[in-house]
Amino acid sequence: MKDRSQATTETVSNLIELFSGLPGIGPKSAQRLAFFLLRAPTEHSRRLAEAIIAVKEKTRLCSCCFNIADTDTCPICSDMQRETSSICVVEQPQDIPALEHTGAFKGLYHVLHGAISPTEGVGTKDLRINELIERLKNGAIDEVILGTNPTVEGETTAMYLSRLITPLGIKVTRLARGLPYGTELEYADDVTLTRAIEGRQKL
Amino acid sequence: MTKPRSYQTEAIIIKKTKLGEADRILTLYTPLRGKLQGVAKGVRRPRSKLSGHLELLTYSQVWFARGRNIDTITGCQTINGFIELKSHLELTSVALYATELVNLFTAEHIENHPLFRLLLETMERLTADADSRLALRYFELHLLDKVGYRPRLRQCTACHQPLAAVSNFFCPPSGGMLCPTCAVEQPTAFTVSVNALKVLCYLQEKDFAAASRLRLSPELEKELEGLLRSYLGYLLEREVKSATWLDSLREQALLGP
Repeated sequence: MKDRSQATTETVSNLIELFSGLPGIGPKSAQRLAFFLLRAPTEHSRRLAEAIIAVKEKTRLCSCCFNIADTDTCPICSDMQRETSSICVVEQPQDIPALEHTGAFKGLYHVLHGAISPTEGVGTKDLRINELIERLKNGAIDEVILGTNPTVEGETTAMYLSRLITPLGIKVTRLARGLPYGTELEYADDVTLTRAIEGRQKL
Repeated sequence: MTKPRSYQTEAIIIKKTKLGEADRILTLYTPLRGKLQGVAKGVRRPRSKLSGHLELLTYSQVWFARGRNIDTITGCQTINGFIELKSHLELTSVALYATELVNLFTAEHIENHPLFRLLLETMERLTADADSRLALRYFELHLLDKVGYRPRLRQCTACHQPLAAVSNFFCPPSGGMLCPTCAVEQPTAFTVSVNALKVLCYLQEKDFAAASRLRLSPELEKELEGLLRSYLGYLLEREVKSATWLDSLREQALLGP
């Protein structure tokens, strides 16, 4: 097979190679992105490059909830309007925008940065669990909402956290697990359906 | 004859790895095809019809379409979701340890129906309130048997003489017991109490219904666990990751009675 990288200059093929290392980007998409930038105004490339550098250099984890932040505390933790009596525990920073979009939760968050996965060797020390417990001991928190994913790992994490937090005298709740909106009942699995029946609500 | 382009099988989901944006590669253990891998497309999206049926520790009927490198999972229906197992921290952890062992001890596409049954029965036992530690020791011993590493417990593996009722030795490289005389030459051999050896023989030779009537003291339980773990660790030449988690759970005394 001919080496395709010789068909373009080293500068371009270097960019293509870097793009193709990104998640979900194959060699063809990488090539398309590289040639797009080649034709686009220089200003565009500069802004893109600066944004990429900035996201690495200027962001950090919120000292309180471990969400992504530009300053010491994230926008949610520094917002005085939020209810400080409840904390929603999530696995990833990406989970927060999803929950925020609903507008249904007004409290604070705590990002674990993963979930307990015994077979992958991810244990409690790899997650921000101690930090959560410290936060609960220091603050006036009434309720902890466990918003980990409804997977074996997420459930394991939730059950573990519940055992840790309950003795502190704080109410522990779990996000409801049931039927997703816009789906059909016949395709639901047994675990989801059982939980949906257990968690049914009066209309 | 060409292989059919699609097939279906019963399977227990024993491992999952993320792939791309919304897909997963699943490792499944099946009764007639051994360990299989398959790509499940879109199962990380909330409206996926397959996701709940393809979660870890689920026993399902799975439909596959053959692919060039890896087969694609096209359909799935839960046979047993093991919800009691998944609602209990200790049981989930124990079951994950069992599936990890199956994954580590098997190669793809090698049929081992007895091993499949052992895994399924162990998950059922855990659900049915059996003593989880005893069920796990039974599982470990019989797993070794079914993958070809059945430890030799009645005779000395070096001199082949029946063992006397004294403290004998277990030696992982020899694949079984050594009498005190032969153990002198084996630095890796360690002592096994008379009672522990009796329990091991009983677990190895009886079915679970009989074995489940055993009541073990905490010391004896610890000895058996240590012995089997060192043998498993020796065979695998690596640590079993979920064992670390089981230990840390116990250390924090969070395990239920």
